[in-house]
Amino acid sequence: MTFDIGSLPRGGVAWLDGQGEHSDIVLSTRVRIARNVDGYAFGIRCRETERLQILSQIGDAFDRLDAESNGQLIRVDELSLQDRQMLHERHVVSKELSQTVNGGSAKVGAAVLVGDGHSVMINEEDHLRIQAITPGLNVGSAFDKARTIDSQLGQIVPFSYHPEFGYLTACPTNVGTGLRASVLIHLPALVLTKEIGRVLAGLQQVGLTYRGLYGEGSEVVGNFFQISNQTTLGRSEFELVEYLESVVRHVVEKEMQARHVLIRDAGYIIEDKLWRAYGTLRYARSLAADETMNFLSGVRLAVGLKLISNMSVYTLNKLLIFSQIAHLAKREGRNLVGDEANVVRAAFVRETLEGEANERL
Amino acid sequence: MLCDVCNENEVVLTLTEIVGDGVRHIRLCEDCAAAKGVNAVLNSGTPDLSGMLQSVHSQLEDLQGDLTKCTFCGSSISDFRKSGRVGCAQCYVTFEKPLRDLLRRVHGNSRHVGSSYDGPSHEQMLSVGTREQLKQRLQRAISAEEFELAATLRDQLRALEK
Repeated sequence: MTFDIGSLPRGGVAWLDGQGEHSDIVLSTRVRIARNVDGYAFGIRCRETERLQILSQIGDAFDRLDAESNGQLIRVDELSLQDRQMLHERHVVSKELSQTVNGGSAKVGAAVLVGDGHSVMINEEDHLRIQAITPGLNVGSAFDKARTIDSQLGQIVPFSYHPEFGYLTACPTNVGTGLRASVLIHLPALVLTKEIGRVLAGLQQVGLTYRGLYGEGSEVVGNFFQISNQTTLGRSEFELVEYLESVVRHVVEKEMQARHVLIRDAGYIIEDKLWRAYGTLRYARSLAADETMNFLSGVRLAVGLKLISNMSVYTLNKLLIFSQIAHLAKREGRNLVGDEANVVRAAFVRETLEGEANERL
Repeated sequence: MLCDVCNENEVVLTLTEIVGDGVRHIRLCEDCAAAKGVNAVLNSGTPDLSGMLQSVHSQLEDLQGDLTKCTFCGSSISDFRKSGRVGCAQCYVTFEKPLRDLLRRVHGNSRHVGSSYDGPSHEQMLSVGTREQLKQRLQRAISAEEFELAATLRDQLRALEK
């Protein structure tokens, strides 16, 4: 299948524009709702023919969604590995949906509906994973969008539901509301002041959990954390999202306090460190993925502290997502072997920052 | 009744001894029984037996639990333990008790208090699944002995064919 990721509604990454509240600290807010279609076995027991039936049934249902909830349906199982990885790098699909199974393609029946600020994965671990992403801290808006799609689909397709347990999912950790709300947050000052350990331990004590940039199983790099609710049962959807938002507001406040302390107590040391990060990104000829993330973290902090002016949050977000391997390979039009990726990455980062610097002049 | 040996204390047990070709019953008090080497006289047999029965019972339950397969997807509880993933919605009925215990451990609760769900109306359902899909689902429901679901699907098919 020939596929142009640019043809997706706002590239499937509307949140990159960084227009939301606290968007220099909170990159995005995501609400995901897991659902299964009644009458079919869940992911691991679901046969190929059943997955195709589910896809056709859900595909019909999409046609009846209102315009705002609808989008472009993409057969992930017909895409190349590179295109699948790009969708994953943009947080449009999960690692599970994009990964290669026997025969070199994604599993048969894997698909995703991509709309403006939302996507619906089909035949993931659960039959449906509805997700809405907003820029900045905006749990309410992401929740409203995901809930609207969920309720429209649920009136067309029967979902698996248990009178006591609520919505049923393949993994017991999602049972009940099926709702996982998360924010992607940048906490460099809490890391530098070594306060982060206490903050993260505190999160776990109040029923929240944290992960890396790409969710479950991903490592924390570049001081980017994903904070989300750990439990999905025993609390209403509203309680879950409101609670997450109130705790995250508290974490944002802590981060801002830590930034204030850094500037007050170690002004020139911090300033030097952040400008060095900018300098490396601006002029380096080879950049590994992890160091890029760390330097981007520094530049992002410098923008937050107003040390670097006129650099948009959009540019920072774009550098973070588009400097990843599949995006670089797409840009070059070929697979990148060994250190090539680092050279291409450095060129991409350099050009982007150069463009931004010229605009500033 | 008084002890056959000391003739002072109340009898707590009867000891049966084999003597030559015959048997002899001696009624003993607690002290004299202890003196004869019969230990832990009072209620000693009962807890052991009940403990043993309990353990046999729980082993059987475990064994049965392992052998029970979901009628819809064929998963057993040991399949779930291996993969960490539940096979289908029916598994939550088949393995309700162990899964409820697990949900309580994971979430601190097993009762959903979020939005309730009624599902689509009959008319809405009909417009979605094609006849072929409904037939296939009906077949699967019948082979899995999911008669309630089969009846619903059959009614939907009939309505569609009218």
